[in-house]
Amino acid sequence: MISKEKVRELERFALKIRIETIRAIGHLGFGHLGGAMSVVEVLAVLYGGVMKIDPANPGWEGRDWLVCSKGHAGPAVYSTLALKGYFPLSMLKTLNTPGTRLPSHCDKNLTPGVDMTTGSLGQGSSAAAGIALGNRLKGRNNKTFLILGDGELQEGQVWEAALFAAQQKLDNLIAFVDYNKQQLDGYVRDINNLGDVRAKFESFGWHAREVDGHSIEQIWEAVEAAGEVKDQPSVIVLHTVKGKGCSFAEGIVDNHHMIVNEQQIKESLGALEEILAGEVEA
Amino acid sequence: MRVIIAKERVREKTEMRSAYCSSLIRLAQKDDRVVVLDADLMKSMGMVPFMEAFPDRAFDVGIQEANMMGVAAGLSAAGMIPYAHSFAPFATRRCFDQVFLSCGYARLNVRIAGSDPGVTAAYNGGTHMPFEDMGILRNVPDITILEPVDSVMLSNLVEQTLEPYGVFYIRLLRKNAVKIYEEGSKFQIGRAVQLREGSDVTIFATGIMVSEALKAAEALSAEGISARVVNIFTLKPIDREMIEKCAEETGAIVTAENHSIINGLGSAVAEVLAETLPVPMERVGVKDLFGEVGPVDYLMKRFELTSEDIAAKVRRVVERKSSGRD
Ligand SMILES: Cc1ncc(C[n+]2csc(CCOP(=O)(O)OP(=O)(O)O)c2C)c(N)n1
Repeated sequence: MISKEKVRELERFALKIRIETIRAIGHLGFGHLGGAMSVVEVLAVLYGGVMKIDPANPGWEGRDWLVCSKGHAGPAVYSTLALKGYFPLSMLKTLNTPGTRLPSHCDKNLTPGVDMTTGSLGQGSSAAAGIALGNRLKGRNNKTFLILGDGELQEGQVWEAALFAAQQKLDNLIAFVDYNKQQLDGYVRDINNLGDVRAKFESFGWHAREVDGHSIEQIWEAVEAAGEVKDQPSVIVLHTVKGKGCSFAEGIVDNHHMIVNEQQIKESLGALEEILAGEVEA
Repeated sequence: MRVIIAKERVREKTEMRSAYCSSLIRLAQKDDRVVVLDADLMKSMGMVPFMEAFPDRAFDVGIQEANMMGVAAGLSAAGMIPYAHSFAPFATRRCFDQVFLSCGYARLNVRIAGSDPGVTAAYNGGTHMPFEDMGILRNVPDITILEPVDSVMLSNLVEQTLEPYGVFYIRLLRKNAVKIYEEGSKFQIGRAVQLREGSDVTIFATGIMVSEALKAAEALSAEGISARVVNIFTLKPIDREMIEKCAEETGAIVTAENHSIINGLGSAVAEVLAETLPVPMERVGVKDLFGEVGPVDYLMKRFELTSEDIAAKVRRVVERKSSGRD
């Protein structure tokens, strides 16, 4: 069970992640806004309480690991890591600039706290299975978390990894599907429908749950329950909205990669900052 | 072949992707075997007009490149002519075995378009920045590899891919290219184009490096170095005759490509020279490095792909030639 205070704390953390992410993308003028916004709550839950981490020592082997397989959500991951103190917040401004340590897609060799390099969709699933297996072989009592896009599930590699993880009984692996119903070209159901994602993972031998992916409380409780599961990997299907919480991106069709102007950034940040200051209800 | 060289090298108004889309619409009107496939980059590739014109012949398979190449092979086996696109890294290295076996070894008739080559992947960064796509595909027996330099060449070459049978790879800039050829130019697959006469050295260039090579040649002429510039737009089959001729007439060669120097244009030209007329040669291209994120002009400097980098290699090769040291 998560306390009311903790929920409030993580909701505020999520707001700050959104604000920093929009600011960084706004500073550059374009970026993968939609898919960054939809993973904010799961990042807030993971880094705000669930994960065993040491920001001063990102390479600590006993830590919990995160593979953000939808690597284009990098900007949201970077804001989360900066807010947790892995590196200074001021570094967020360097997103995608020459020589940066914050490239558009996650890179384990550049960014302190990023555990795996991703960007070619599908590949993070196998890497996460390998990390979970390796951690078990090393006798580490830790977890590996994996964030997948819904469009990404169209890659066959995801399902190869799903079979493998179940066969190896990787109960130290907990995956999330950011089921925001959209991919680059449009709605997932119009392009290559996924059907019942939860049932598909169950039939692959996984423990599977579905929650509101913008509810801190529901995500937290699903992760807690998944942590208790023995001999099976777990997946939590997050029902989310692409662009969530960003006034000009939420709920529109072409919100995958957006060119943004100052006015849009100002307005969306203004709205989020008001909520943070407690002036209006979320 | 009938080539009209542009008087002014300006950024074209037409985006390469829109020229590609229009060409495919024309092919589809002409031949009902033509079908288009994409892996969730249909909009990025500007293919909406094709989808509207031929909704039953455009297939967005979703994010699954390997499946797309296998499906393309199957469509060809059933008598269709598929044009399958993704970003170059995902259209080549992500699904090489499907391209090699299901398309190549099975002797099927498939066209593959790979976009955002080399540094033009820019802000998508290292994971999306293919310096190896042509190098990988060069290993497929009998494949034809094309890198159109501007929209005029692109339209003409795509048109020519309709009739011949086999596997084709078209390496494509998506945005606006620098104009090299005038409207009405006609090209011949496998035959390089001489863009500028010169007697001291020949620069063989492809893709975005063609305009850099011309810039370098202009700068070098002020220093008294006469550099010939040749656009090799067919990496395979390579124009052996042209390479031999230029080696003989100019006695020194520089290659320039927005690709790794391993297995790309530099390698292909070196192979021909080594077997025919070895003359001093230098390669401009990416030197066994992974890509990184940033704007194109930064990346061109970072990976030593500018006209100055070409000029430096030219000076060096001319010096090697005159000192008789090869
Ligand atoms: C193998 C591969 N193919 C294509 C791409 C280009 N691409 C980047 S993001 C994206 C859409 C992702 O959709 P989804 O997984 O649903 O992510 P979200 O909508 O949450 O951003 C595509 C096609 C890629 N990065 N990797």
